[in-house]
Amino acid sequence: MYKILKKKELNPTVTMMEIYAPFVAKKAEPGQFIILRVDENGERIPLTVAGYDREKGSVKIIFQIVGATTKKLNMKNEGEYIADFAGPLGVATRTEGLKKVCIVGGGVGCAIALPVAQKLSESGCSVTSIIGFRTKDLLILEDEFKNASDKLFVMTDDGSYGRRGNVCVPLNEMFDAGEKFDMVITIGPLIMMKFVVEATKKTGIPCTVSMNPIMIDGTGMCGGCRLTLIKDGKRVTKFACVDGPDFNGYEIDFDEAMERGAMYRDFERHAYEKTCNLFSKEAE
Amino acid sequence: MAGKINMNPKRNPMPSQDAALRGKNFDEVTLGYSEETAIDEALRCLSCKHMPCVSGCPVNIHIPEFIQKIKEGDFEGAYQVINKSSSLPAVCGRVCPQEVQCEAKCVRGIKGESVGIGRLERFVADWHNAHSNGAVEKIEKNGHKAAVVGSGPSGLTCAGDLAKKGYDVTVFEALHTAGGVLVYGIPEFRLPKEIVKKEVENLKKMGVKIETNIIIGKTLTVDELFEMGFEAVFIGSGAGLPNFMGIPGESYNGVYSANEFLTRSNLMKAYESDPVTPIMKGGKVAVVGGGNVAMDAARSALRLGAEKVYIVYRRSMEELPARKEEVEHAIEEGIEFMLLNNPVEILGYHNPNDKRDPKNGFVTGMKCIKMELGEPDEQGRRRPVPIEGSEFVLDVDTVIISIGTSPNPLIKSTTKGLDVNKRGGIIIEENGATTKDGVYAGGDAVTGAATVISAMGAGKIAAKAIDEYIQSK
Repeated sequence: MYKILKKKELNPTVTMMEIYAPFVAKKAEPGQFIILRVDENGERIPLTVAGYDREKGSVKIIFQIVGATTKKLNMKNEGEYIADFAGPLGVATRTEGLKKVCIVGGGVGCAIALPVAQKLSESGCSVTSIIGFRTKDLLILEDEFKNASDKLFVMTDDGSYGRRGNVCVPLNEMFDAGEKFDMVITIGPLIMMKFVVEATKKTGIPCTVSMNPIMIDGTGMCGGCRLTLIKDGKRVTKFACVDGPDFNGYEIDFDEAMERGAMYRDFERHAYEKTCNLFSKEAE
Repeated sequence: MAGKINMNPKRNPMPSQDAALRGKNFDEVTLGYSEETAIDEALRCLSCKHMPCVSGCPVNIHIPEFIQKIKEGDFEGAYQVINKSSSLPAVCGRVCPQEVQCEAKCVRGIKGESVGIGRLERFVADWHNAHSNGAVEKIEKNGHKAAVVGSGPSGLTCAGDLAKKGYDVTVFEALHTAGGVLVYGIPEFRLPKEIVKKEVENLKKMGVKIETNIIIGKTLTVDELFEMGFEAVFIGSGAGLPNFMGIPGESYNGVYSANEFLTRSNLMKAYESDPVTPIMKGGKVAVVGGGNVAMDAARSALRLGAEKVYIVYRRSMEELPARKEEVEHAIEEGIEFMLLNNPVEILGYHNPNDKRDPKNGFVTGMKCIKMELGEPDEQGRRRPVPIEGSEFVLDVDTVIISIGTSPNPLIKSTTKGLDVNKRGGIIIEENGATTKDGVYAGGDAVTGAATVISAMGAGKIAAKAIDEYIQSK
């Protein structure tokens, strides 16, 4: 059992938790993920590491309440326990040797982008961050990004905070102005990452994306997290859990990844509604 | 009674659930011998002095000796005989391919059917589990620590053997439950999870510690295990990444590896009526492959409500590698064997007018080509050759690919000095020793996908070598 040391609501749909898991905390690096189960008989879900405190032995996760499992997780409080917490899994984001990087985060993906920005900034790399949200109420981690970035753009789709528009707007402006980066690292919804990759492609700057497909074991056993890279015209199958989750954005078949991500959409919606009903009954 | 021999050329049939009923539930298919049937079957054993059956057993169970005890009605005594050689008799009695091991060597098999050794083993183990008071002999500790990576058949066997010798053993398991392939792979109807749980509990009573959620190679490295005071490490991390065919369409929704399909169904209990982990149920299902895992996947799909299940295998029934009893059961349950067929493409749905059509990306069928058997290859197996122009489309919504696995890369990539072969399998000597001092390995991590009992045999050999290694230090 793994204790919840701290819980904080970042916005109405996004929650931060610090979990006591000293083995994971000792090894975790930005870009890696963990697998958790909320309770016995629960589903295994992957969540990317949002931070860690090696001395305290804690690992930070930030999750959006999107389905039955994240809903159940969000019902847990400080001092309570979750059944399983395993990791760190996957390959850490490559940060060595980078001098100037643009980080592009979208929605809850910003939570995963932040430790990468922090690590780069600590190593003396110049960091430009673009973080985008649908609307002001969903904004998270602005101060943290400010501290970890030399330059920060905050975007909202509806213009209710920061600038209006998507994350590609300032990215394209910088590219048009001739700004150069060693790398663009983007983490967020697939469709956003797809557009960031397309925008970056014309500059020839390498672009890393963080993939978050459906997973079960997360250790390289089930093959559910497979995705297709297109290398020199050839289609190559890779597994996000052991080969990723970071990949060269130019090689990812995003359309396929989006279709695979929707495989259990109906099931998940029903499960979510059922969980909501269950909780509202309990509350009555 | 002990002197009497039952000369019936046929073995006692295994009582089973009715085929029509069992296709709709996940309860165990075979029900096991009664005491009377077990004694009757035991009396078919000739107690051959040269014991050919023992040489056919990868862990060399003293077969005539335990059968003798059954003849005498001393079932606990029979269990104690098996227990000397095997840590998991209730498992082996159910999943070993006895027909190519002990039973293949049985003298009674020359002019009739061999003694039902596997069925007797299962009977003895179940009898023990039903009657034992759970007490375990106190083992004197020898003060040495050993680590076991993976809690599948090789790891549990190695851990059990080392614990019996007095070692302080810790097993590290990556998943949330101990048992490895016995819990995520082999389905409930063939190996009830309660049995695995009991075997694991027995090991714990012997003092074996089991740490779940620890991925060796990630959470901890092999070198860190030595730093923590373990004097030797056994790696039984299992098969790892599933192989795909490399044909177009394998990423469509509805295409599973057998590992994923079975893990969802077994470990994550998607077979229950109200699961939290989803799985595609119903419809028409094609399972590609002919091994035990393919049979497990096909029969699980049937029980999950499929209206039609096909096994698509590129050779003929003669070459099909699955355990005979599983094939017979699958046929009885109505699974259709499409032999001498090979998939060439998986077809999917795409609505050109609506990118948001929820059916986009889902499987609509599988294109196959008919095969014929050509010249034998180096191993004497006749090579399947495609028959030109014989392509056809099989109407299915789910495809489960069960054509083997490649070893997991996590340990190799984080352990200096541990050499692997071209296919990624850990290189070992006959006694299980790897190229790294103090590190031993066995099971699928070495061989690629193989049987439970061969993994257990490897765990046993390594336990002996680890004991010799630590004692000689």
